[in-house]
Amino acid sequence: MEWEVVIGLETHTQLQTKTKIFSGASTAFGAEPNTQACEVSIALPGVLPVLNKEAVNCAIKFGLAVNAEIAPRSVFARKNYFYPDLPKGYQISQYELPVVGKGAVTIQVPSVGKNPAYEKVINITRAHLEEDAGKSVHGAVEGMSGIDLNRAGTPLLEIVTEPDMRSAAEAVAYAKKLHELVQWIGICDGNMQEGSFRCDVNVSVRKKGSDKLGTRREIKNLNSFKFMQQAIEFETRWQIETLEDGGAIQQATVLFNPDTGETRSMRSKEEANDYRYFPDPDLLPLEITEADKVRVRAQMPELPEAMKGRFESEYGLTGYDAASLTSSLELANYFVATANAGADAKPAANWVMGAISAKLNAEEKAIAESPVTAEQLANLIKRIMDNTISNNAAKQVFEAMWAGEGEVDAIIEAKGLKQVSDSGAIEAIIDEVLAANAAMVEEFKAGKEKAFNALVGQAMKASKGKANPAQVNEMLKKKLGA
Amino acid sequence: MINSSLKTLSQMLAKKEVSSVELTQAFLNRIDTFNPDINAYIALDQDKTLAQAKAADVRIAAGSAAPLTGIPIAQKDIFCANGWKTTCGSKMLANFVAPYDAHVISQFDAAGAVNLGKTNMDEFAMGSSNETSYFGGVKNPWDFTRVPGGSSGGSAAAVAARMCAAATGTDTGGSIRQPASLCGFTGLKPTYGVVSRYGMIAFASSLDQAGPMAKSAEDCALMMNVMAGFDERDSTSLQRDKEDYTRDLNKSLNGLRVGLPKEFFAEGLDASVAKVIEAAIAEYKKLGAEIVEISLPNTGLSIPVYYVLAPAEASSNLSRYDGVRYGHRAAEYTDLMDMYCKSRAEGFGAEVKRRILIGTYVLSAGYYDAYYLKAQQIRRLIAQDFEEAFKHCDVIMGPSAPSTAFKAGEKVDDPVAMYLQDIYTISTNLAGLPGMSIPAGFSNNLPVGLQIIGNYFDEARMLNVAHQYQQVTDWHTRMPELQLPQGTK
Repeated sequence: MEWEVVIGLETHTQLQTKTKIFSGASTAFGAEPNTQACEVSIALPGVLPVLNKEAVNCAIKFGLAVNAEIAPRSVFARKNYFYPDLPKGYQISQYELPVVGKGAVTIQVPSVGKNPAYEKVINITRAHLEEDAGKSVHGAVEGMSGIDLNRAGTPLLEIVTEPDMRSAAEAVAYAKKLHELVQWIGICDGNMQEGSFRCDVNVSVRKKGSDKLGTRREIKNLNSFKFMQQAIEFETRWQIETLEDGGAIQQATVLFNPDTGETRSMRSKEEANDYRYFPDPDLLPLEITEADKVRVRAQMPELPEAMKGRFESEYGLTGYDAASLTSSLELANYFVATANAGADAKPAANWVMGAISAKLNAEEKAIAESPVTAEQLANLIKRIMDNTISNNAAKQVFEAMWAGEGEVDAIIEAKGLKQVSDSGAIEAIIDEVLAANAAMVEEFKAGKEKAFNALVGQAMKASKGKANPAQVNEMLKKKLGA
Repeated sequence: MINSSLKTLSQMLAKKEVSSVELTQAFLNRIDTFNPDINAYIALDQDKTLAQAKAADVRIAAGSAAPLTGIPIAQKDIFCANGWKTTCGSKMLANFVAPYDAHVISQFDAAGAVNLGKTNMDEFAMGSSNETSYFGGVKNPWDFTRVPGGSSGGSAAAVAARMCAAATGTDTGGSIRQPASLCGFTGLKPTYGVVSRYGMIAFASSLDQAGPMAKSAEDCALMMNVMAGFDERDSTSLQRDKEDYTRDLNKSLNGLRVGLPKEFFAEGLDASVAKVIEAAIAEYKKLGAEIVEISLPNTGLSIPVYYVLAPAEASSNLSRYDGVRYGHRAAEYTDLMDMYCKSRAEGFGAEVKRRILIGTYVLSAGYYDAYYLKAQQIRRLIAQDFEEAFKHCDVIMGPSAPSTAFKAGEKVDDPVAMYLQDIYTISTNLAGLPGMSIPAGFSNNLPVGLQIIGNYFDEARMLNVAHQYQQVTDWHTRMPELQLPQGTK
């Protein structure tokens, strides 16, 4: 029997505001416990929330970025439950009327094995503003639990998708896309280790062809894409096996254990709270006008979708390349800077997505930290374009530049990588090669195409790789009368 | 001196006929004498109080006095005051010393007023007799066997017994006006949003409003000048120009249209109270007012609506009292849940628990639509009743409470009878309208209050309406004859 997995995501993105969503306390990460807990953060008697306008701007930016309906009027509601790190005994969130309504993002699902890469539209159900809770700290105080309220009241935008994803790869592609997008528009620093971007994944399975959703289990707080992939794959297998063994899935919240690679139920639906949501009487409904949207739009960078389209039309890049280059604003800007510095767009795109990205990944660096600047990369590409060096030599120059050995021309000079384009010198080499490889020449003449390539190889070898390969090709053809 | 108006006291201070320290000491002496019996104050700090009085004298000497500089005021214990024990009448907060000032407190500080102490109140402002206070009941200065009303019972008794020049109160369903009626003085609940709620311990956020409790309309107007005003720390605070609430006091009432809602004079109103109210209305006619009969058809629903909405908000507002960060925590517990349960079971009194339970119930899944949502819909109808009524009149008048002060203990076991105390006051809170109570006479030697309800932001007119009445009557100047406790000279 064929099964289909159905996945939806809820992502808590911590908004990059200086102060908390309902008070003036700082949101900086890593301060001493409770040093960023003002009277509102600790919920003293009598304190009241005041909405941070910057958090609203972030929500508007997100709404615009995913082409969503932005509610002209949304309402803050109280979600009531007791927990030591929840100082008021309720969380201020949005329930029936969220600030951002239906929208969509387009994801690029990479090719896996024989399956080719493809694009897919993931629908956003809603996004709402809410405050974060504090943290329980275990082990800091002997025999007791500590509470750190520095994080309490930090603004979050919870982004909820439709159950549109059908594989772990799609879910991860969506999460990555969203991760890139919220950083692109500058509303979230994307730091998953510090909890700035936290994904909860709803997973259910059903028989292929069924249009009824299965019972879902929610995997909580996945703080890396790798774990997300593993967790979904494990959970999917577990659900399918459970059903195939005649069991039933109970709605539950599960946690992923990175050490075992397994998911385990944390609480079942029966134990779930009745949150007793109701509109927060301390806050007025949030009203957003067309003028607000126009004002916020003006503060936003060109969106990745628009930039992708522009890269295709302006630079003649393929859709795939344009999408890859617009996966982050920094990467896109680096590419544009390379092209603006005189490099042809296509090789510039290849270098940025290829060598540069590979190096950055290997060294876990951001593009801003690249030792090779866009201008240096452009100079390198220009030297390939004007036939000063071959592609192979260019790789060596790139490595040297990455290692900080200097500028392009100096490295070419120092390493003696300049291509030989002197036709007399090339002719001499070819003559030598033809004389020394009479058997190959015969083979070629007998119709073996491969022999030609072998001769080119011999010629390049004889020139110690410095001969201009195009010239070698051309001259060899002439000599062989091909 | 203790019976003088704020204006007179202010003039005496300005002319140096008395210093703020002397005036403050006079009230402190009176508190020393009568408070042990009446129990109006639950926190006193003579050093702090006198230090403020001294500072006020310096300010007066420097010629930079404001109208209330040097005037001793009592503060309801619902307002957080930096360095003061702030209990809200609850065991839960019996050990809580506020580390910051409520907006109202800082407004009085800025005005140079002197804080005499914190006054007793029903626990978390839930009650109409002050009998739910953890710190004991308050005696009505007119009859020590009777209650002062509530929840602002301590402030009420302090004003009535002249243990302060004026006091602050809060009114969620009648907690300023009903005690003003039962203790015979002038109290005003402003339009919702006029006085910032910042630092005022929340009972029901959409209904709570602070206001003055004083000897006259003029005194209330001077208090309002200090208390009212926009505060960015309260999102429901209204951004309006500062106004002078004394500006219309002396306007004539000629042609004033007074609406009498027939529902306020129906069954449930004590006949002797009705008589006093009718006499007061007759006095208004003499002052040139026209009487218009109006109807507020949904008045009867105001109590059930209130007892859904107020507990709903309260159940959530009081969740922060969990014994984790401050307030009462049980001495022994086995785990987190046990700590929550024991701390809250020990820290809250019966009436507070009753309302938390009601509130939790009406917000629960499956009941929300039938209770909370329905109540919100009716709340809008109640507001529409007033909107319609104000097309035909300028102010609405009626009784503030259905009876005079009742005996202590009389209604403690009958919550519904207690809730009915607020039948005439609750609807204005639901609509967000301003209301006041002024002394209008006596029934069996107990004060009766006349309620004046105005349209939104019509406080200045209401004060004018009250002040004109107080120019031709002397009910507001009557003082209870207090028996000196045995052993005092």
